[in-house]
Amino acid sequence: MTEETKAPAPAAERPSRPFGERSGGGDRPRFGGGGGGGRSGPGGPPREGGRKFFRRKKVCKFCTEKIADINYKDYRLLGQFVAESGKIVPRRLTGVCSPHQHRLASAIKQARNIALLPFAGRAS
Amino acid sequence: MNRIYELMFIVRPDMADDDLDKLVANLETTVTSAAGTVKSVDRMGKRRLAYAVRKFREGIYVLMTIEGAGTVIHELERRLRVTEQVIKFLTVRVDEELKRLDKIKKLRDAKKKVSAMPAAPAAVEEAPAAPPAAETPATA
Repeated sequence: MTEETKAPAPAAERPSRPFGERSGGGDRPRFGGGGGGGRSGPGGPPREGGRKFFRRKKVCKFCTEKIADINYKDYRLLGQFVAESGKIVPRRLTGVCSPHQHRLASAIKQARNIALLPFAGRAS
Repeated sequence: MNRIYELMFIVRPDMADDDLDKLVANLETTVTSAAGTVKSVDRMGKRRLAYAVRKFREGIYVLMTIEGAGTVIHELERRLRVTEQVIKFLTVRVDEELKRLDKIKKLRDAKKKVSAMPAAPAAVEEAPAAPPAAETPATA
């Protein structure tokens, strides 16, 4: 389980720009830190008041860069949204919008089928 | 009902160039004899595979764009399956996607024109407006 939650983090962090700096546990304070008091959120060290850490808003890479065509042949682009383990990185970590994530997922699956992307593990 | 398909296949890495030529020519005749047309053939070259396929770690990628009915693809895939040198293939129907991209492109172009339009008339209007403004101080 810990392996599963940690795995996407390095992959999501590598393509730095569009993603939040701390994508690994970025959404956790939303659920856990209701009181906002004692717990130090993983999004950053709590300052006075607790809840005041800054988190960059994640935006959809495909919307901002106006990439209309998400194609299975473009494995370099797709590779940014595949974790080290070969998994598709969830939307809540990458900030991709729902329609684009849908296309992205199908493109990644097609790319896997033609051996451009791995089903599991690093492309060797 | 003609549709546009993209056929990508991988042949074993130790295949000679002229053998590949022959294979591609063969496939092309298959397509044309089934009342389809080959729009383009793109050899993408040798590439390392993401995982081993039939114990090969690399393969030569070829991409063909084909227009025709589904029966063309059916026959083509049957042939690819039989062909020993082809280790993997994938056919994707792309006409819907192309249509969608066309629509987006048109929309963007239209938007560009709209944003360019107000700038142009404004410049035209300014030009005649400027001389009277310049004249008034001269006459006064």
